[in-house]
Amino acid sequence: MKTASETLKDFQKFTPKKLPVEEPLAPGHRACQGCGEVVALRQVMKALGNNVIVVSATGCMEIISSPYPQSAWRVPWLHVAFENAAAVASGVEAAHKAMIRKGRLEDKNTTFLAIAGDGGTADIGIQALSGALERGHNFIYVCLDNEAYMNTGIQRSSSTPYGAGTTTSPPGKKSIGQQTWKKNMPAIAAAHDIPYVATGSPAYYIDLMNKVKKASLVEGPAYLHLYSPCPTGWRCAVEDSIQTARLVVQTKIFPLYEVIDGKYRLSRKIKKPKPVSDYLKIQRRFSHLTEEDIAMIQERVDRDYDRLLKLCGVSEE
Amino acid sequence: MAKETGIVSWKDLALGCSIVKPGSSAELKTGDWRSQRPVTDYEKCVQCGQCYIFCPDMVFTQNELGFYQPNMFYCKGCGICARECPADAISMVEESE
Amino acid sequence: MAKRVGIEVSLAISEAVKLANVDVIAAYPITPQTHIVEHLSELVADGHLDAEFIPVESEHSAMSTCCGSSASGARTYTATCSQGQALMLEICYIAPALRLPIVMTVANRSLSGPISIWNDHSDMMMSRDTGWIQTVAENGQEAFDLTLHAFRVAEDPRVLLPTIVNVDGFTLTHVIEPIEILDQKEVDRYLPPYQPQMRLDPTNPVSIGPVGMPEVYTEAKKAQDEAIKGAKQVILEAWQEFGDMFGRYYKPVETYRTDGAETLLVTMGSLSETAMIAVDQMRTDGKNVGLVRLRLFRPFPFEEFLAAVRGVKQIAVMDRALGLNGAGGPLATEVKAALYDEPERPYIWNYVAGLAGRDVTIENFVEMADGVEAAAADGVRQGYTIINVRE
Repeated sequence: MKTASETLKDFQKFTPKKLPVEEPLAPGHRACQGCGEVVALRQVMKALGNNVIVVSATGCMEIISSPYPQSAWRVPWLHVAFENAAAVASGVEAAHKAMIRKGRLEDKNTTFLAIAGDGGTADIGIQALSGALERGHNFIYVCLDNEAYMNTGIQRSSSTPYGAGTTTSPPGKKSIGQQTWKKNMPAIAAAHDIPYVATGSPAYYIDLMNKVKKASLVEGPAYLHLYSPCPTGWRCAVEDSIQTARLVVQTKIFPLYEVIDGKYRLSRKIKKPKPVSDYLKIQRRFSHLTEEDIAMIQERVDRDYDRLLKLCGVSEE
Repeated sequence: MAKETGIVSWKDLALGCSIVKPGSSAELKTGDWRSQRPVTDYEKCVQCGQCYIFCPDMVFTQNELGFYQPNMFYCKGCGICARECPADAISMVEESE
Repeated sequence: MAKRVGIEVSLAISEAVKLANVDVIAAYPITPQTHIVEHLSELVADGHLDAEFIPVESEHSAMSTCCGSSASGARTYTATCSQGQALMLEICYIAPALRLPIVMTVANRSLSGPISIWNDHSDMMMSRDTGWIQTVAENGQEAFDLTLHAFRVAEDPRVLLPTIVNVDGFTLTHVIEPIEILDQKEVDRYLPPYQPQMRLDPTNPVSIGPVGMPEVYTEAKKAQDEAIKGAKQVILEAWQEFGDMFGRYYKPVETYRTDGAETLLVTMGSLSETAMIAVDQMRTDGKNVGLVRLRLFRPFPFEEFLAAVRGVKQIAVMDRALGLNGAGGPLATEVKAALYDEPERPYIWNYVAGLAGRDVTIENFVEMADGVEAAAADGVRQGYTIINVRE
C-alpha cells in the first residue's frame, strides 16, 4: 500500500481559473440564507465530481437536500441515521471491494464520502467514526463543523467554542455560556494514524478543494474537518458567512493544516494575526463576553497555535 | 403535478421511499425567499469568480465573455456575493415586487 | 450431494451463510452468537468464503454497515442477540424501511437487567414490530434450512425486506446435532445470485433515505406494511420449493397431535421438542392435548394459526418473555388478538416460562395443559402465570 505522501507526490492542484463546472449538489436546496455549511459542501462536491457515493448523517445538510420528493443530489446518496455515517460508509466501501473482487462489479475507482456535522462527528458519531478510521476503510469523512446542533435549534455540542451562547449553553449570571473548550477532532482523527487529516475553510476554497482531492486520492481513510459558518445559529449577518470563515483563520482560532502520514504541515502561516475580538465581535453568540473573557480566549488561542506550530516544525518568530 | 409535490399514492412510491430523479431540487424556486437582489456592475467586474464560488445557492454561471451571471430563480438574496466581491462590483438592491 | 454430519448448530448456520456466498459480513461479538461469527471469520481467513468480514466496533455499527453494504447491492449478513440487538434497534427499524434485504441470525437471549447471557425470547419480542420478516428455528436442521430460506425470501424482488432467523441461544446454538449440509450446487439451484432492484451507482444516481415529510410518511409506511404482508406468499413458495428440492417441507405453523385435541399448547423455538414429549405422555394418559408451534413469527400467520386452533376448548400459550405491562407475555397478547374475531373463542391462559435459561420440564408442560383446563372449567378471568418462580 502506498503512503499518502507517495500518492500525493505529483498532485495536480486546482487553480482559481480552472474550477470544475459540475455541481454534484444541485440548487433549489432548502439551506438558510447565507448558509456557509452548504458553501463548504458545494466546494467538497465540486472537488470530487460525479464519480462518488455520498453517505450522509442526519443533520442540516441531510434535511436541506432531501425533503421528499426532491433531492439536491446528482450523485448516489444514502442517509440512514444520525450517528452512523462512518459505519454506513464502511459498508458501502466493503461491499464495493467484495463485489469488484468477485467480478460482479466493474472497478470505476469511485470515491466513498461520508458527511456529518460536528454533533454527528464529535459527539454521537465519534464511536462509529473511530471504528471506521481504525479499520482502515478507503473513504473520506468530512465533518462540516458549524459548532452546535443547528438542525435542532442551536444546542451546544462538544465542538462549540468556549464562551459561545447556545440554547443549551445560555450565558447568565452564573455562566459564561459554553463552559468547555472546543474538542480537537482533527487531533483525535490523526491519533488513529490514518494517512490523511486536514482542516479547511470555505473562505480558502482552493485550499479546501485541494485537500478534498488529496483525501480522495490517498489509500485508506481521510478525515477533513471543515469550518462551516452558520449565520442563523451564530447570529451574525448572513452576508458575513465567508468573512467569518476568513477571520477564524486570520485570528489563528481555526488554523489550516494537514497531517500527511502522521506529519503535521501548516497550510497557511498567519504572519500578522488579527486579534480574536475581530472574529468574536461580529457574532452575537459572543456578544456577552467581557474584555477579560476575550483576553483569556486570546491567550488560549495563542497557546494552541504555538502548539500547532511546534507540531508542524515551524518556528514562532 | 403529483410527482412534483409528492402527493402520490403509496403504490407510486419508489422502493423504500427513495428519490429516483437526481438533482430534482433544481425544480424548486428558492428565489422567492429573497428581499434583496444582487446587481453586478460589469464595468467594475474583474471576473475573479468569488461571487460564483462563495454562493450557497449555485446562482452564478460564467458566460462566454467570462462574466458571472446570476440565475434569480435560486438566489435567496443573502448578499455574500456583494460582501465578497473584491471590486465592489455587486450591490444589493431592494426587491420591488 | 448433501452430507449428513454431526455439527454444532452455530457452525451449521455459518456453513449456510458460506453456501449463500455472502459478500459482506459485519458483526460484533456477543454471547451466545459468537461461534457463528467466529466460524465465518475462519471461513473468510482460510479462503473458503470470498467475503469482506468487517469486525465493527458495536452492534449499532454492525447494522449500519449492513445497511451501507446492502444498499450497494451486496449480499449481506450479520448475527447478534439481546443487548446487541437492543443497541442496533434504531437501525433495525430503518433497514426494512429502506427495503434492504439483510439476513440476520438472532441467537435468542434474555435482556438485561439483571444481565444474563441465557436463552429466552425477550430480544425477539423487543424487535417484533421493526418490520423484519422473522422465522423461528426448532432444531439445528431448521436453523440451517431457514438461513438459506431467509436469503431467498429477503432478496425476492417482490419482498426486499430484511429477515431474522431466531435460534435459541445455547440450547440450540451450542448443541451438536446431526445436520444435513447441502452442497454448493444444490444451494445455487435454490438461491440465485442477488439481483438488486436499486443500488448506489454513480451511473444511475438515487437518493436513498430522504426526509419523509407528513405528506409522504403515511404512504411510505403503508407501502412497507403491504410489503411485509405480501411477503407471506413468497415465504410459502420458497418453503414449497425447498421441500420439492430437498425433501424437507416447512409450514408457518406446525401442529403436533392436534387431531381431536381439546387443549392446545402454543410454543415457539427449541422448547417445542420438550412440549412434544409432554404431549405424547399426556396422550398416553388419555388427555386430548396437542401442540401448535409457530415457525413464522413475522408476518404473523393469522390464517394458518386460526386454522390450527379452530374448535379447541382451551389454549395454553407459553411465552418466553414477560411483557411488564400487566398483560403477561407478548405472544399470548397476539394470540388473543388473532382470535378476537372468531365466533367461538377458546379459553386462553398464558404461561411465562423459561426466562433466561430457567428449565422448562415435561412436567411443566403437563402443568400448563392441566392448568388451562382447570381454569377454563372454573371460569376464572383469563390471565397469566409465571412458571417455576419461587414464592
